[in-house]
Amino acid sequence: MVLTGAEIVIRCLQEEKVEHVFGYPGGAVLFIYDALFQQDQVRHVLVRHEQAAVHAADGYARSTQKVGVALVTSGPGATNAVTGIATAFCDSIPMVIVSGQVPTAAIGQDAFQEVDTVGITRPCVKHNFLVKDVRDIAATMKKAFYLARTGRPGPVLVDIPKDVSMHKCEFEYPQDIAMRSYNPVVKGHQGQIRKAVQLLLEAKRPMIYTGGGVILSDAAEKLTRLTRLLGYPITNTLMGLGGYPASDRQYLGMPGMHGTFEANMAMHYSDVLLAVGARFDDRVIGNPAHFAEEPRKIIHVDIDPSSISKRVKVDVPIVGDVKEVLDEMIRQLESGEARPNPEALAAWWKQIEEWRSRNCMVFRNSDDIIKPQFVIQKLWEVTGGEAIVTSDVGQHQMWAAQYYGFDKPRRWLNSGGLGTMGVGLPYAMGAKLANPELPVACVTGEGSIQMNIQELSTCRQFRLPVKVCLLNNGYLGMVRQWQELFHGGRYSESYMDSLPDFAALARAYGHVGIRVDKPADVEGALREAFGTHKDELVFLDFQVDPTENVYPMVQGGKGLTEMILSAEDL
Amino acid sequence: MRHVISLLIENESGALSRVSGLFSARGYNIESLTVAPTEDASMSRMTIVTTGSDDIIEQITKQLNKLVEVVKVVDISEAAHIERELMLIKVRASGKDREEVKRTADIFRARIIDVTESSYVIELTGNQGKLDAFIGAIDADLILETVRSGICGIGRGDRVLKV
Ligand SMILES: Cc1ncc(C[n+]2csc(CCOP(=O)(O)OP(=O)(O)O)c2C)c(N)n1
Repeated sequence: MVLTGAEIVIRCLQEEKVEHVFGYPGGAVLFIYDALFQQDQVRHVLVRHEQAAVHAADGYARSTQKVGVALVTSGPGATNAVTGIATAFCDSIPMVIVSGQVPTAAIGQDAFQEVDTVGITRPCVKHNFLVKDVRDIAATMKKAFYLARTGRPGPVLVDIPKDVSMHKCEFEYPQDIAMRSYNPVVKGHQGQIRKAVQLLLEAKRPMIYTGGGVILSDAAEKLTRLTRLLGYPITNTLMGLGGYPASDRQYLGMPGMHGTFEANMAMHYSDVLLAVGARFDDRVIGNPAHFAEEPRKIIHVDIDPSSISKRVKVDVPIVGDVKEVLDEMIRQLESGEARPNPEALAAWWKQIEEWRSRNCMVFRNSDDIIKPQFVIQKLWEVTGGEAIVTSDVGQHQMWAAQYYGFDKPRRWLNSGGLGTMGVGLPYAMGAKLANPELPVACVTGEGSIQMNIQELSTCRQFRLPVKVCLLNNGYLGMVRQWQELFHGGRYSESYMDSLPDFAALARAYGHVGIRVDKPADVEGALREAFGTHKDELVFLDFQVDPTENVYPMVQGGKGLTEMILSAEDL
Repeated sequence: MRHVISLLIENESGALSRVSGLFSARGYNIESLTVAPTEDASMSRMTIVTTGSDDIIEQITKQLNKLVEVVKVVDISEAAHIERELMLIKVRASGKDREEVKRTADIFRARIIDVTESSYVIELTGNQGKLDAFIGAIDADLILETVRSGICGIGRGDRVLKV
């Protein structure tokens, strides 16, 4: 069948079973939008800013196992998309971004709305393509989806000049793809896995530490099985929350800068550490030199060899898909006789329970002023712990991560790697479209929400009943916290004056807006949002304590055991 | 430590900038980089001379391998290998210097490939040290211009970098 390049792009999306594309039209993609118009298999979601298109596609991908797709025009469309692409790249999210480009003959002529999109995005994509011939579109799209979802996933950009989208050729979608330069490992090395299992069984103070890789590889079930089989303590990073049920006794909470006392102590004093799909990030292990002081054997399972021995020396590296490797570990354990040493394990758990009894997550609640942590606890209660929770970046993000116990994977969406304020609402949009049956809450700050607040309009147009839970502290709270602790209380530009009446603003967009001032009203407002107004977008503006800080805290550059547990520790 | 990394990469537009971009983005050194198509025109071979601790070199090879268009990477300086670099050097050659320069070129087995009344262009191939030594042997005031290709490297014996 002879089709135009634009029609081929849409046919490729259909072949890839793409249901939703998030985008924004413009001159260079007019033909693609025309092709989109003449079919109804792929649904387009018109956002209000290209950054949000990419974030929404990213949220869609995070909350499912699917590849998120965004479509933007050349020049400013592409540059607006860059923050979204970099955000997805840092967290290894599978995405395909199609961008329009000026006609091939105009490339390099400083044409209207021309930028070197492939050049600008090169450092923040897994790969990108400029398609110069209509006959290459189908194979390139096939490669883009394949690259995005295999190996260590990531965003792939396909830049299509306007004339290429207009030209015609015979369309056939390739069935298979083979690239001699790209062959990601799947199965882990048998011998290495055997070594790892042996080491785990000999451990006296074992610890399991897992990250986003478990979520990305859909390995939560396997991880849970292995952890239960061993009876070892486990911690999930900010990107790995939900990889293991938070409500389980073996779970010690999140590690790192704002992690729990017990998780950090157990990480530090373990003698065998099993790291799975995690990368020893500076926000997780603190100062690597301090971390290395305590002798311990490290087993590191990761799909990306370059993540291994990058920040800490690893004793047993295993390159492979996390799910496959965990599966093999379980198989070896179950088929063998050996079991963990019960006395050593009992002593270790005794120590851990002692750490846990410090109760580091308690906060002083109040009857007069709403504590942000309290809002998250109530959110958990009201949604039965079943919601998809998205967040922006700041204190509210940490409180959401700390106080909403995630029992399932793909329920917690946040920008862990790049730390992009403004992702919360578009993530919620993507997640709601992909999971219409689940409640979706966006926990945000008054700074972050204003970075993509225009998307309230998109939510109205596409009837996306997400619940925005604004923890309104009147400050760029996380910045204020650092200024309070490390800059002598000089609050340089962290106070935002002239905030809008958010509830009224939400109403102006056609939604329900509720302002909540008193602790006693928190639960009622949440019940109203998730009950009475179930099918509407509800914007809850919680006026929270502006002085509250996030604890525990490991200061940048400090070791994991050098924690500030609460304000009283200062 | 100095390392010589050889790689095969798909001969696509932009492939070179992916490699050079990786080095600048991650703060790795490039002492020299050479690239040209191989006997299979769909693939280029690149030789990169870099310096760094063992950990950094390990990261460099892993990061290069991660680039989607890179087919194969080896650190050829890990074993016996040969390095060659080409230099073209234009020197003033008049009066008594004319004979002296020619003599030095002969000693280094360099070739004079362009001659005018007042200058020579000399071609010299060898490892970096030899090229440096040649420059050192010529009076600095006589050197008008030098151009060096950067290093090409290949493993000795049975070691082959091929798909
Ligand atoms: C796009 C972007 N700009 C700046 C920052 C730096 N930053 C990190 S947290 C933060 C404050 C966020 O304030 P708010 O959204 O009100 O949340 P709060 O910390 O008060 O909960 C800032 C400015 C960032 N992460 N992202």
